[in-house]
Amino acid sequence: MSSAVVSTSAALGRPFAFDGEISAIKKQSKITPASVIPASRLEIRPAPEMVPSGIPAIDALTGGLPRGCLTEICGPASSGRTTMLLAALAAATRRGEFCALIDASDALDPQSAFAAGIELDRLLWVRCGEETQPGCPISRTSFAREVGKASQSAFDFDRTRWKENVIGEKASRHSEHRLEQVLRATDLLLESGGFGLIVLDLSDLPPQAARRVPLTTWFRYRRTIEHTPTILLAIEQHPIAGSCSSLLLKLDLLKNELLKNEALHATQIFRPTHAQLFTGLDISAELISRLDRKPARSVAFATKTAWAG
Amino acid sequence: MFACIYVPNFLVAAALRAEPELKPRPVAILEGKPPLETIIAVNENASRLGIAPGMTKSQAELCTELALRPRSPLQESSAHAALLDCAQSFSPCVEDTTCDTVLVDLAGMESLLGSLPEISRALCDRAAVLGLNANVAVASNPDAALLAARGLFGVTVIPSGDEAARLGSLPIKVLFANQLDEEEKKQSDLRLETLARWGIRDLRALAALPKVSLSERLGQEGLRLQQLARGATSRTLVPMEEPMLFEESIELEHPIVLLEPLAFLLNRLLEQLCTRLGSRALCTQELRLTLDLENFSLFNQQSKINNQQFVRTLRLPLPMLDPKVFLKLLQLDLNAHPPGAPILKIHLAAEPARPRSAQGGLFLPPSPEPEKMELTLARIAGMVGENKVGALELLDTHHPEGFRMQRFVAEAPQTNPRETNTDSASDLADETSAVTALRRFRPPLRANVTLENNQPVHLACRKKEVQGDVLWKAGPWRFSGDWWEREAWSRDEWDLALRNGETISFYRVVRDLLGGGWFVEGMYD
Repeated sequence: MSSAVVSTSAALGRPFAFDGEISAIKKQSKITPASVIPASRLEIRPAPEMVPSGIPAIDALTGGLPRGCLTEICGPASSGRTTMLLAALAAATRRGEFCALIDASDALDPQSAFAAGIELDRLLWVRCGEETQPGCPISRTSFAREVGKASQSAFDFDRTRWKENVIGEKASRHSEHRLEQVLRATDLLLESGGFGLIVLDLSDLPPQAARRVPLTTWFRYRRTIEHTPTILLAIEQHPIAGSCSSLLLKLDLLKNELLKNEALHATQIFRPTHAQLFTGLDISAELISRLDRKPARSVAFATKTAWAG
Repeated sequence: MFACIYVPNFLVAAALRAEPELKPRPVAILEGKPPLETIIAVNENASRLGIAPGMTKSQAELCTELALRPRSPLQESSAHAALLDCAQSFSPCVEDTTCDTVLVDLAGMESLLGSLPEISRALCDRAAVLGLNANVAVASNPDAALLAARGLFGVTVIPSGDEAARLGSLPIKVLFANQLDEEEKKQSDLRLETLARWGIRDLRALAALPKVSLSERLGQEGLRLQQLARGATSRTLVPMEEPMLFEESIELEHPIVLLEPLAFLLNRLLEQLCTRLGSRALCTQELRLTLDLENFSLFNQQSKINNQQFVRTLRLPLPMLDPKVFLKLLQLDLNAHPPGAPILKIHLAAEPARPRSAQGGLFLPPSPEPEKMELTLARIAGMVGENKVGALELLDTHHPEGFRMQRFVAEAPQTNPRETNTDSASDLADETSAVTALRRFRPPLRANVTLENNQPVHLACRKKEVQGDVLWKAGPWRFSGDWWEREAWSRDEWDLALRNGETISFYRVVRDLLGGGWFVEGMYD
């Protein structure tokens, strides 16, 4: 700005009235012309490289997932968040990249991961939460043992209210502990580098626990992955990263078909249960925010179960 | 040509290699049973203060600056192994002459490693890197090189034919330096006394004696000594064929209780081990730490303990050679599995392995650095548990939780993307629709299911979100397996859509046919 003013006045051959003021300000603030960069010369941040998310409909909506950026995918239960997570992991591992899944609630289903097409050798799975036996088969004995503790303490509808409060506090502490593990593991993996996709699965964390993550943490994560090929993907119930996320998608379940089924059920024109098959979910995806600030749009897509053929 | 590497004052050198901070101080090595310990070796600083071999411990203790150390066979064997590694890093033909002397055949080495002075300087430098100050001498025959290394300080190169002149100035004692047996020592003392009476002080004088007269007085041994003094003997090396053992040990005077001081000692041992491995162009894929503990009764029963020993084995996915990484990994491991008793002795062994040869492609996606990744995994494992971080491996079973965790290796074999497309799993995940994922509840949630005509109509669960009226249902699908094992399972699976207020969610609900009861196994998401 300053250099433009000086050159213009010199060309006209007469000094502007504020030229003197500018030089006085320069003297006072000790700003040299070389240290002032005109806004026109500021480096334009290059647009991030977009890579396929594994779901063509989502790619059509967003252009893919941006590298070196934080992407948030939020939605309620059964809204297709995990499906999208697995699709993104499958696409990344198929590209030959190493991926990490930081699973806050130890909820990954290995069969689903395999069916989604993830190359399991390239996926690092961090299972946060309580200590349990890995891959422990549910058997006649162990099944009852596993659920026994929980059922004795929690599954009793006749318990008094104070007992529920105690359980609630325990659950809250447990959520905080898991969240702490997730954040520390994410820090370590981001520092380690070399991953193409790092996914934070916070889907099962209560929204009040997830909101406790300080905004500075998300800024730190964004800063760490900036100028790297790593995609940081966070899956949650509600958006929590604020302006740190470059892409925010909201997923939801399309309920029209289900409500139609309910109406059919009410009129008794319904097939028996064993003649029905759960074949997938109908999902709607809404683009809430993106770097280029394009207007919000939405798209619908269907998922199908591994046995649906 | 032959090179001899000789470590003068080996006992002190071995102690100083284990404790390098003692180098500027006067040091004396003790041997014998208390209270009859005597000094057997001293360094130059100690001899300046008047400390000499043969003094008792109580006499030496009058000198307050003196660092007294008991003789440690472990340290000596480590130092000797380091000396052999130094020699073998230059030539495959090495003779293990004595504990402080090693002979190296340099035939054909000049074209590979440079001129003889350069090779001998490199040998000296390599020994210094391994913590040993050595004299190096190069000569046309092994014995001349040996005598020169023992008699001349630093690096010496004797041109062929010049042996007699260069060795002439050496004292006659160097000829009898390697007699270690009592009987041989006695004999050599007698000969030394005889030569001293004749006025023979150096090798030049011995070399000048007439052969016949010497033979008449000292026999064949006299002639052999004269040949040695002239540097005119010729013999072949006896190459050593020992298995490559990379082990370092420290015996502690006072037991260590905290892990922090242990880290300093481990760091020293690791650096020595890595230098030795590096000198042979090797890496390691397995580190074995053995700690001798003081108090057996207080041991942590969960640890692997054999005869008052605490053993930890660190297996690495790839061959590595970075002492800092090893130290951090050992620290993390010991933090997770503390020894549980004061430590008396540290023994560290490395299993040698060939360095990995990896050819990175220009257009391949980046992958995590294996060393960094190993540290990161160890840190995460310390946080979430050992078996809760790694890569998935599906088991050959129909069991719903049929998988196990395996070590995550950041250097997976590069597969052709076209090949992976032929996978059956990839066929399922075609480009048009994504595969519906299941989110598992671990452990499964026990549920109260209201049935109507043997079909679920309402589900209640301790989790408030997972309950409501059944809006849609499919099933039951019966599964069973492992009936021949104790861990048999049999169940009916239902896919249910639950309406909870305004929200509708899909769940997999299971009826356990053997144990009884209903469980919510997971949510479709």
